[in-house]
Amino acid sequence: MIEVKDLHFTYSTGIEALKGINLTVDDGEFLAVMGQNGAGKTTLVKHFNGLLKPTKGVVLVDGVSTRDVSVAKMSRNVGFVFQNPDHQLFSETVEDEIAFALKNFGFEEAVIKKQVDWALNLLDITEYRKTSPFMLSGGERKRVALASILAWDPRIIILDEPTIGQDHQQKEKLQQFILQLNAQKKTVVVVTHDVEFVAECNPRVILMSQGKILAEGMAEKLLTNPKLVAQASIVPPQITQIFLELADLGLPTDIIDVHEAAKILLGRLRERQ
Amino acid sequence: MSIFEGFKFRKVSSVIHNLDPRIKFFFVTVLFVMAIMFTKLLALVVLFLVPLPFVFMARVSRQWLRSLRGAALFAIFIFAINILVGYFYPTSHEQIIPPVDTATEFLILLEYASAMTLRFVVLIASFSVFFLTTSPDLLGLALQQSHIPYEFCFAFTTAVRFVPVLADEAQTIMDAQKARGLELERGNFLKRVRNYIPILIPLIVNAIRRSLELAEAMESRAWGASEKRTNLYTLKLERADYILVLVSVLMLALAVYIWLYVSIPSVTTLLSL
Repeated sequence: MIEVKDLHFTYSTGIEALKGINLTVDDGEFLAVMGQNGAGKTTLVKHFNGLLKPTKGVVLVDGVSTRDVSVAKMSRNVGFVFQNPDHQLFSETVEDEIAFALKNFGFEEAVIKKQVDWALNLLDITEYRKTSPFMLSGGERKRVALASILAWDPRIIILDEPTIGQDHQQKEKLQQFILQLNAQKKTVVVVTHDVEFVAECNPRVILMSQGKILAEGMAEKLLTNPKLVAQASIVPPQITQIFLELADLGLPTDIIDVHEAAKILLGRLRERQ
Repeated sequence: MSIFEGFKFRKVSSVIHNLDPRIKFFFVTVLFVMAIMFTKLLALVVLFLVPLPFVFMARVSRQWLRSLRGAALFAIFIFAINILVGYFYPTSHEQIIPPVDTATEFLILLEYASAMTLRFVVLIASFSVFFLTTSPDLLGLALQQSHIPYEFCFAFTTAVRFVPVLADEAQTIMDAQKARGLELERGNFLKRVRNYIPILIPLIVNAIRRSLELAEAMESRAWGASEKRTNLYTLKLERADYILVLVSVLMLALAVYIWLYVSIPSVTTLLSL
């Protein structure tokens, strides 16, 4: 469980990035952090594994303050997947890259081998195990980065902009994958701009703006509120936009799921006939 | 990375910012030469005071102090090396006035080591003022007007401009590797050096990638298409520039005079009088 109490954070440049955040992320929860650029999303989640320490307030992960423990220790439970895989890939082979963290955490050789095999298989990159990560495509590099975090099986997984630079098919796969992680009782925190992605997963959402939490609730409630969404500089999912425009026909306006939308429209069409 | 902050250009409107970069560079070079000329603590203390009015006039004291703080580690290193070398391999740097006792000798060594450290600090301090108050664009312009081929000017300004970008990126990479359990401060000296490999490789690979991208972007915008370049702005010397030239020349003349004809007393001698 992550508890954030009255969190303030000011960068050394004097920019006040977080202004009093209160938030609880329960075990096994799926949380999406959304908001415009510079709203403080990444700054917030960087507190979850202690990369940033609060200027004021406190962040507790399973009751332990992030101030008291090193990032390396914290990371054992909290896996953080960075936005750009090129900020972490350095090994000669994909296999070594995935083993890097496991070695740092002091796992035994046999366990490392097992976990590497498992992670390679999980992300469908076993065929590249002996390839240099620098030779892979952008999407594949992203998967290697993801595998290198999941390999040690952290209980909490933070993903910063996971869908950026992925083609549609990869995105779909990633989405299934994240949902699957969540189904395995992992706590998943995703920082994203991608409303369609959030709409399809329907997690709990926090909307951030200028270092504060603007609103909090399930995706279908927040993303269908045109006022809120505009305040956070995002647009509602396309299916919601259609339903908002057709509100005069008496259609519901809180629709984010395509299948649900289809069902409603079909019902209406049948009524007419 | 705070040392980089102390060299990053700050856009402030001040007399110092408006000075011609060539003249400012001349001034800083004069300071540099003077710092090399003298080995006495007293002289170097005076030299350290010279850039202070500039720092205050340019309103960059906070960033300037940061450059000094960043240099502190190197300064301590230089101090320690000087003490160690001076202690185990005493040379006749200082004319010791008899009667000599070990306490005085040690004081002299201490003074010498302090002077050498302060020399380094003076260099950092003066160059920090220069870079804090000179925009990379003006610097490039100054180089160009000094008849240096444009390709070199461009390479130079680009390098300067990318220092803060690289520093930011190094920070992100460090965060990403820490999140995978890397502890930079762990292990013996050799291990600690090796700990930096996962940081240096992504940093270098990304720098090369970025330079290739930059080259492509520039070529697609017709870089080098025209043989003879013209500039929107040209540098012209103003009255303040002439005053600074005069001040610099006078300072240098005075320094040469003192160097040739005046023997600067050491602080130790002054104290023992």
